[in-house]
Amino acid sequence: MPSHLMRPVREVGIAGYGAYVPRYRLPASEVGRMWEGSEAALPIREKSVAGLDEDVVTMSIEAGRNAVRRAGIDPSQIGAVWVGSESHPYAVKPTGTIVAEALGVSEYTLAADWQFACKAGTEALQAAIALTGSGMAEYALAIGMDIAQARPGDALEYTAGAGGAAIIMGPAEESIAILEGSVSFVTDTPDFWRRQHERYPQHGSRFTGEPAYFRHVAQAASDVFEALGTSADDYAHVVLHQPNQKFPSRAAAELGFRPEQVARGLLSNDIGNTYAGATMLGLTAILDQAKPGERVLAVSFGSGAGSDAFSFRVTDRVRERQYAAVTTRQYIERRVPIDYATYTRYRRQLAE
Amino acid sequence: MNAPHTWRQQAQRYLLEGVQCTACDHRMFPPRAVCTECGAASMRPHRFCGGGEVYSYSFVYHPPAGHEEFAPYPVALVRLDEGPLVAAQLTDVATDDVAIGLRVEMVTRRVREDSADGVIVYGYKFRPAIPPARR
Ligand SMILES: [Zn+2]
Repeated sequence: MPSHLMRPVREVGIAGYGAYVPRYRLPASEVGRMWEGSEAALPIREKSVAGLDEDVVTMSIEAGRNAVRRAGIDPSQIGAVWVGSESHPYAVKPTGTIVAEALGVSEYTLAADWQFACKAGTEALQAAIALTGSGMAEYALAIGMDIAQARPGDALEYTAGAGGAAIIMGPAEESIAILEGSVSFVTDTPDFWRRQHERYPQHGSRFTGEPAYFRHVAQAASDVFEALGTSADDYAHVVLHQPNQKFPSRAAAELGFRPEQVARGLLSNDIGNTYAGATMLGLTAILDQAKPGERVLAVSFGSGAGSDAFSFRVTDRVRERQYAAVTTRQYIERRVPIDYATYTRYRRQLAE
Repeated sequence: MNAPHTWRQQAQRYLLEGVQCTACDHRMFPPRAVCTECGAASMRPHRFCGGGEVYSYSFVYHPPAGHEEFAPYPVALVRLDEGPLVAAQLTDVATDDVAIGLRVEMVTRRVREDSADGVIVYGYKFRPAIPPARR
């Protein structure tokens, strides 16, 4: 069998990374109280909610600024600004150009938006690996960021959160974590979708578990294991896409990971499902405390459906960069609980 | 505010870009053609770091067009660390936490939106500074 592992001709790694999570939190108990009564089973504790003046552009700018600080580079050296999301503020007009200009990136840059449900951010990351790995650019910025949409009363309303992360790929010798290889695995699976001009997504509930999430995550991760000759024991930490607490916990266990390898990157109890932001944000939480030599496995999942899996090895440079910007945990702890009525205003659902 | 005018001010609004006098190094925001300190007329661009503190503040209950959905909201004169005073909206802050001397930092947020099908204007606001992380 040929290996499905991808590796660029020039060795690359994470030169800088940055997180962003808005400060408002809606407890799942508030959603339960509204629609199911106090006996509702809650998939997470609380989810993050963006403020009225925030959107994927503003959140990407803040995460991007944190990534530039950690990379310690002049932003004019960045050759691509790619934003993966399913909640871009414009249907037509790229988020990427606004973010690029706000970060002080040169006008001679690639800039575009990526779309693949919750995998849009890691798809942008794969492209950033290719662009830097080919030598077409010294640095490339990939962002996964979302303000997830959920119809009031839908099961998704408990978890649809807001947040994400930015990753700058660059030369391996300047990296915080060197890329060992990646795998992308996709199939045509109708588990979740939103048609043009529809405000809220639909989901085929029978499709969301086995044939969608678990199949793609497991396949991409085990292909990485096979190609690199690794197993769960070789990784200090793993982060999987996290639509709730249960799915990533079970998928990780099935891949042979112990709960302590999963814990640091599993944020859904605190902030919900940040969709295109989720896997990359979990990765930033791991990098914030990573030690040189540690291996980290990151596996995204996007409905529609597919997974990207990445194997990274942390370098000595991590220690000098970890505290060069606000940490993911600081954003998570900067929490202001709100009630369902305030949430309705912040999500602009009052005028419907 | 028409679209071309907004577009020309983007370096100011996105990057807090002002000017520094080439004669006496005095830094100004918004940019000026003549130095308010020494009168020289030679400037170079200067990006402010974004840190500062609240010099004075007020609350807006009857906002101008395009800002209605944010009301009520605090506005402040912020003393930037490099010296200039900047008028801006405060965000991510509880009413009771707004105070003279509050440490703030620049963030880029939605500043106004004239209609649901129009251009969204992004620009600087200030929020309570998140202190540096400690090991
Ligand atoms: Zn002067």
